[in-house]
Amino acid sequence: MSLDKLKQIITDVLKDVDVVIGYKQGFDALHATPCFVTKPEQVDEIIWSPLCVQNLAGYLTSLKKKVGIVVKGCDSRTIVQYMQEGLIDRNKVVVIGIPCTGILSVKKVLEKVKHEPVEEVTFGNDGTVIVKTPSGDTKMALSEVAPDKCETCLYPTPVVYDHLADEPIASTKDPQNVFKDVEEFNKKSLEEKKKYWEKEFDRCIRCYACRNACPMCVCQDSCIAETRDPHWISQRSNLTEKMMFHMIHALHLAGRCVECGECERVCPMGIPVNKLKKKINSDMKALFGYEPGVKPEDKPPMLTFSVEEKNIEEHKL
Amino acid sequence: MADTGFIPKEKWGAFIEGLSAKAQVWVPCLEEDIVIFRPYSKERVICFDRPANTPPKGVIFPQSDTLFSFAFTKDPENPQKVMVELEEKLDFPKTIIIGSRPCDAKGFLIYDRPYTQTDTPDPYYKGRREQTTIITMSCQSPSPGCFCTAVGGGPADKVGSDILITEVNTGYFIEAITEKGKEILQQSGAENGSSHEAEARKKQEEVHSRVQDRFCADGKPKISRDLFENDDFWQEELAKCVSCGACTYLCPTCYCFNITDEKTFEKGERIRSWDGCMYTHFTLEASGHNPRPTKYQRFKNRVGHKFIFYPEKYDGVIACCGCGRCIRYCPMSVDISEVVSKLQKQTGSASNGK
Repeated sequence: MSLDKLKQIITDVLKDVDVVIGYKQGFDALHATPCFVTKPEQVDEIIWSPLCVQNLAGYLTSLKKKVGIVVKGCDSRTIVQYMQEGLIDRNKVVVIGIPCTGILSVKKVLEKVKHEPVEEVTFGNDGTVIVKTPSGDTKMALSEVAPDKCETCLYPTPVVYDHLADEPIASTKDPQNVFKDVEEFNKKSLEEKKKYWEKEFDRCIRCYACRNACPMCVCQDSCIAETRDPHWISQRSNLTEKMMFHMIHALHLAGRCVECGECERVCPMGIPVNKLKKKINSDMKALFGYEPGVKPEDKPPMLTFSVEEKNIEEHKL
Repeated sequence: MADTGFIPKEKWGAFIEGLSAKAQVWVPCLEEDIVIFRPYSKERVICFDRPANTPPKGVIFPQSDTLFSFAFTKDPENPQKVMVELEEKLDFPKTIIIGSRPCDAKGFLIYDRPYTQTDTPDPYYKGRREQTTIITMSCQSPSPGCFCTAVGGGPADKVGSDILITEVNTGYFIEAITEKGKEILQQSGAENGSSHEAEARKKQEEVHSRVQDRFCADGKPKISRDLFENDDFWQEELAKCVSCGACTYLCPTCYCFNITDEKTFEKGERIRSWDGCMYTHFTLEASGHNPRPTKYQRFKNRVGHKFIFYPEKYDGVIACCGCGRCIRYCPMSVDISEVVSKLQKQTGSASNGK
């Protein structure tokens, strides 16, 4: 994709909005960071590459201004979900879509380069990445260091946009494989699953990065994880409380999670929290045939009800 | 008695095992691709290759700590009279932390001033602190985002540690710094270290030269109060923050806490748990008023505490050890070193941070 074209779009959009949110280079060669452009001269800082991992759409609900926003295909589902739930005024958002060929997972790259500081990252046209550290260059395929969500991505081109920075790309992934990892995990026995999650959640430090980075966690400052009334979770740092928080987080996202994977990406303790949300999404798909954040006119199943649900048997007892 | 020693690589495991017979030993362990301090056992996969994701602060200042338990009992003769029984536990086991980094060790010194060097020392912190010996590993390489030299530290800084260990080609060079450290060294059966000292010093200097000086050559950054008080600056710098607590919980020097009573009908416990100034609830008052309602005001306070208020109170000591965790693990890559750097450059100016 041409960066010049993206910069031109941002320059044009900036004339009609208060701020455009895109990406700029972060503290080292491996990290991009959100860039809030309010003046034309800031447009030069804008970058686009597989380093642009953050889901910027999450900022939309907290901004009262007119906003231009750069989104990848996956991020765009957040905007559609916001529209379905009435959480944003679409007239105040200008969506700049980027057809995306995949991003990288910082954690996977760091694991490969043994957590050394990264001095330079080069992306080849053939889908390779060369990561330079003090110990030398490491060459890897982008596909081996991509986050899991890219492996099953059905929407490389944003599902909603006002401007598109490049020609649309069609997904090459099989829709039947989207929940393959969930099905695989489901084969474990209940005891095995319990053990798995106990081990993972034991590392949780309750920093709430997963919650605060989640674009659909709209309760934020009123989250029941911290309220004293109701007092559902104590401040004890034990497995029970940690699990309880994560279960509530997951269930509050039933039929709402757009699978952007931010919760898992931001976890400083490497807990695969997105797995829970994906499992619930697979159930929502089976029960209601619903996929979050795809069509603006859809109604999220938890925001409505039918007296007789087609796939739920309990009323027919 | 020599204050240095040497343990060859093949005896390193036995050294840790030996210590674990004398005290509860905490070591950085690899779980998935995360390094986390855990109580030592033979089954653990110990990892000294890089700083742990979380500092060892929880060993001395647990994420949640029971201050005391309480129980209410009604007087059967006089039902209106309720008696309260309190029970506190103040005996702490001998503890050794192995594999903290110089920045982690320095973190405890930041804790010490408000928690022990006051007229009313905190018995829980003080108790654990006195029982704990800190064995630090000097860094073999800088980590992404770290900047210890800019805040007066270094990858082989001895301040705050009882022992400093530097990995050399064939083993580990040991320097005992405090009396506690000397005692451990003496009992460890370590070889004479003098023949390895030159190699260790060379390595320490080499790593020191590789740490990025992100904003301050003399290690004493000075912040412009004018710019610090300029809210536009903070609003602009912090627009991307999501106001989670990763930076505070991963920080070796962040020492704020919350106190809650976790109870059922007739009994409960008073808990002290970590709290973080980036949460909106942190300053929420009972009236509903919140003096720091926005994320940029909260981050302003975080930077202010570390670089202005704490130094003002404690002889110019900066309450940041430069470990870089808040940068490395920030969901949005908010970079405190970049912010402090900008605050320095504008000394004496009231412009809005451009």
